Amino acid sequence: MHLKYKIQGGNFSKAGFASSEVKKILRQLSIEPKTIKRLVVALYEGEVNIVAHAYNGLITVDIDTEKVTVTLKDNGPGIPDIDKAMEQGYSTASAAVREMGFGAGMGLPNMKKNTDEMTIKSVVNEGTEVIFINYI
Amino acid sequence: MKVTDILNWENTSLACGKNSIENQITNGYNSDLLSDVMGNASEGMAWITIQTHKNLVAVASLKDLACIIIANNNKPAHDLLDAAEEEGIPVITTSLPAFEFAGKLYNELNK
Repeated sequence: MHLKYKIQGGNFSKAGFASSEVKKILRQLSIEPKTIKRLVVALYEGEVNIVAHAYNGLITVDIDTEKVTVTLKDNGPGIPDIDKAMEQGYSTASAAVREMGFGAGMGLPNMKKNTDEMTIKSVVNEGTEVIFINYI
Repeated sequence: MKVTDILNWENTSLACGKNSIENQITNGYNSDLLSDVMGNASEGMAWITIQTHKNLVAVASLKDLACIIIANNNKPAHDLLDAAEEEGIPVITTSLPAFEFAGKLYNELNK
């Protein structure tokens, strides 16, 4: 199964929509609740990252009998230092985003913790691609 | 305990989600950071916060939380209430500060 969601940068009123849709589909497929819970945390954090940092992005979700593969690709400022971005508490989010309770520097560490495999590729001034896999 | 039990307390009122007030509360979580809640809260918890914007609903719904408690007389945004109604998440407002509400809930849950 192949799912695709376009994400608009800056549009917080829609943030979480793709994650909710994927959750519903995984439930319909009778995937184990524990697996869904982890995947949904990672997916939501990734979705919010695109909304908070990028201009626009695309989330694709591929589900087969063994695993769920999620690709989050955005056009945006990119991440100059990925190791730094992976540190708990490090964030480049704006004051407005922080006021909403986002941008606490927990997103990427949350994603790492809730995925079985995760890779980040980023080019400054072009964008970021995060791919993660959770086995089912 | 159930969400409806909280509604019997003084200083609390239901802002929306009346169809889900029979939700069971297993525990509570107090945080204003959404990633903290995403990372650390679990199913069935009552989430106590002073945030008031719509994004609370996505977090509560994705984490299967029992309800959202908005503390210290903060008023939930209209689009939060619309979204919560649609997702069936009860939203309770209270005049109590988050600390006091959390203490009260903790005591009730550990009776």
